[in-house]
Amino acid sequence: MVVDELTTPETDRIFHALADATRRDIVRRVLVQAHSVSALAREYPMSFAAVQKHVAVLEEAGLVSKQRQGRESLVRGDVDRVREARSALDALELVWRERVAQMDLILAEDP
Amino acid sequence: MPITRVDKDLDAHTMTVVAEYDAPVERVWQLYADPRQLERFWGPPSWPATVTDHDLRPGGRVAYVMTGPDGEKSAGYWDVLEVDAPHRFVVVDGFADDAGQPNPNMPTTRMELELTERAGGGTTMTVLSTFASTAAMAQLLEMGMEEGMREAMGQIDGVLAEAT
Repeated sequence: MVVDELTTPETDRIFHALADATRRDIVRRVLVQAHSVSALAREYPMSFAAVQKHVAVLEEAGLVSKQRQGRESLVRGDVDRVREARSALDALELVWRERVAQMDLILAEDP
Repeated sequence: MPITRVDKDLDAHTMTVVAEYDAPVERVWQLYADPRQLERFWGPPSWPATVTDHDLRPGGRVAYVMTGPDGEKSAGYWDVLEVDAPHRFVVVDGFADDAGQPNPNMPTTRMELELTERAGGGTTMTVLSTFASTAAMAQLLEMGMEEGMREAMGQIDGVLAEAT
């Protein structure tokens, strides 16, 4: 049951968080540089509250963290967490690629 | 690589893998019908499997334990639904607890395997995996399929490379 090893509640949250285009864009931005929520809100044609909600989903998945700085919170990306999500995605297909390659090796042993 | 196609269908929550072998259908079937051969490819290279139970008949069960690099164990099982040797079988693949019993709290995957003769000899293997949970797996597939996601992930890859 290798493929389903990815479907822990934790990875579930990660992939739910990344299944939305705006949230992916937020992750991309805050990996490069920390942004305040209001600075992020200016980048999208949606309300401050909507952007705040997206950030909360990402925060819950552990993809970003918020840090208080003066009157504002700065949003930062968690590089390790994003890398983990990336490797889980690749793992899905890799499981069968590895199996098929191994099956090939076994068949090659036949006289 | 003998894999000729990988399809991910978000709406149906399925992944199809098609592979081609020079060996005849009966020989490829043995890879699954013989537990000693099955355990040589079922687990990933770093998680080799040991097949502890193998009854590949409708209503039967196949049980396996995979051992990780640090000695940690992950047990799984197949509930066998259909068998039409040497061409087709359908199983539900799930997680098991330490005692080898199905863990009802973990998601299961339905796996339909078909072996067909290729014109001129050899075998085409088609494995259709249907994921029971729409949540994580569907999103996983969506991410893999969606062009925008690929692009976004490509960009993130670039950022990650710079960050290290």
